[in-house]
Amino acid sequence: MTKTPLQFRHNGRDVAIFVDGGTNLLVALRELIGDMTPKFGCGQGGCGTCSVLVDGELHLSCLTLAETVAGRSVETLDGMKQGPNLHPLQRAFADSFAAQCGYCTPGMLMAAKALLDRNPSPSRADVIEAISGNICRCTGYEPIINAILAAAGGRASA
Amino acid sequence: MTRHRGRGIASINYPIGMNLGGDPSQALVHSNPSGKFTVALSSIDLGQGMKSVTRQICAETLGVPVEDVYVDTADSDTGPHCMGSFASRGTHRVGNAVMAAAREARGVMMEAAAEELEVNAADLETDGRGNIHVKGAPHRSISTKDVAIAAQFKQGKTISGRGIFLVPLSNVDPETGEMSPATCYAHACLVAEVEVDDETGEVAMVRMDSAYELGRALNPRLVEQQLVGGAWMGVSHALYETPEPYYPDPVHGPRDFVEYLMPGPGDICPHDIAVLERPAPDGPFGGKGPGEMCANPVLPAVANAIFNAVGVRIDNLPITPEKVLRAIKAQGGARPQARR
Repeated sequence: MTKTPLQFRHNGRDVAIFVDGGTNLLVALRELIGDMTPKFGCGQGGCGTCSVLVDGELHLSCLTLAETVAGRSVETLDGMKQGPNLHPLQRAFADSFAAQCGYCTPGMLMAAKALLDRNPSPSRADVIEAISGNICRCTGYEPIINAILAAAGGRASA
Repeated sequence: MTRHRGRGIASINYPIGMNLGGDPSQALVHSNPSGKFTVALSSIDLGQGMKSVTRQICAETLGVPVEDVYVDTADSDTGPHCMGSFASRGTHRVGNAVMAAAREARGVMMEAAAEELEVNAADLETDGRGNIHVKGAPHRSISTKDVAIAAQFKQGKTISGRGIFLVPLSNVDPETGEMSPATCYAHACLVAEVEVDDETGEVAMVRMDSAYELGRALNPRLVEQQLVGGAWMGVSHALYETPEPYYPDPVHGPRDFVEYLMPGPGDICPHDIAVLERPAPDGPFGGKGPGEMCANPVLPAVANAIFNAVGVRIDNLPITPEKVLRAIKAQGGARPQARR
């Protein structure tokens, strides 16, 4: 099969890879770029753990053809930390005990970031809506919702 | 179409661990020359916090800061044997093993310190901050690091300890069938309030109120995390999930999260939890285990709440809209029961 050259920005850094036709973004990120933070859950958009931002918009990387991100900016959990400092959302997740097994956490954080980037002071209903495409086995969602609201509150007061 | 509210209650008595093969778990604790300790386990932390709890138990027993203990879990090649992380047994079984190992290691550490300070080990105590001193004379002191160095390079001792927790296997009495499957029990009571739609059969959770008695809460935040999250696993079993092998045929089973339903963030409701602490006599620092029992009372409470709301008794899981609707139709409509 012919491979197609593909260039895009990955967490602020230009990357260039060769992909097979039909390769999805999740596989491109994990296997070709080596960014293991987006997780494979169901492979058909049912769980949200593969969520990434494409030009700031939330996308399920398992359902996104890699070639469609040519020239665009892709953000993953790997790029969330600011140097040695955790992002306020990551800090809030830790403080709120919002992760147990951790498998949903990358997707939850990206969905939360997409929300806070466009709405810095969301309501509880906004938060629930924002993570409604993400499922979690362990936490019962309540600590995750509280963590996102706490991160938003901290940001507003800062 | 009407939405009917109903309330149901359930209480459970939950055994910690099991009776299989004596249900053993082992732990090994040793000091590094830096004075820090490593706990070797093959037990697995799935996110429930066993690594944190065994770390606390080890530090408390040794009398050293919790930062000075590292727990190495989940390697059955290098760690001592463990039955596994299930049956709510982690805190109790593994915790007891860690405690026994830490106690033995502490004995060696105190002997090594006694040799350095030229006193009797019985006259020494730990300050919990990384020092060992003579009782009543805090200036006659040595750091755990210096003890570790002395033991390693001068005295030729390993500051280490072995621990196992093994319950004697309880055999079944052939006459009465009597046996003791567990050494301690946790308890819980949960009240569920639901809303049942008599046109669609859908059940929505309105609120939950619960009380859990789980021995001493060794790490209250981790206990809360288990109880909050586990209740939704209970709701999921009650209303959403059809696990193996309950399909007409295996090919009818779900293949992914699109077909295997679970509650989403929009399905949750307020849940008020009271934690009652009654330390278990045979638990590490009185701890039992909040594991599986955090999900268990939810199922019967939800089934009872549905009966209270529309008068139908569904006795197999999950209680899907289809089952509720068929039962409502079979009895000729919703029959709300008296509310208490």
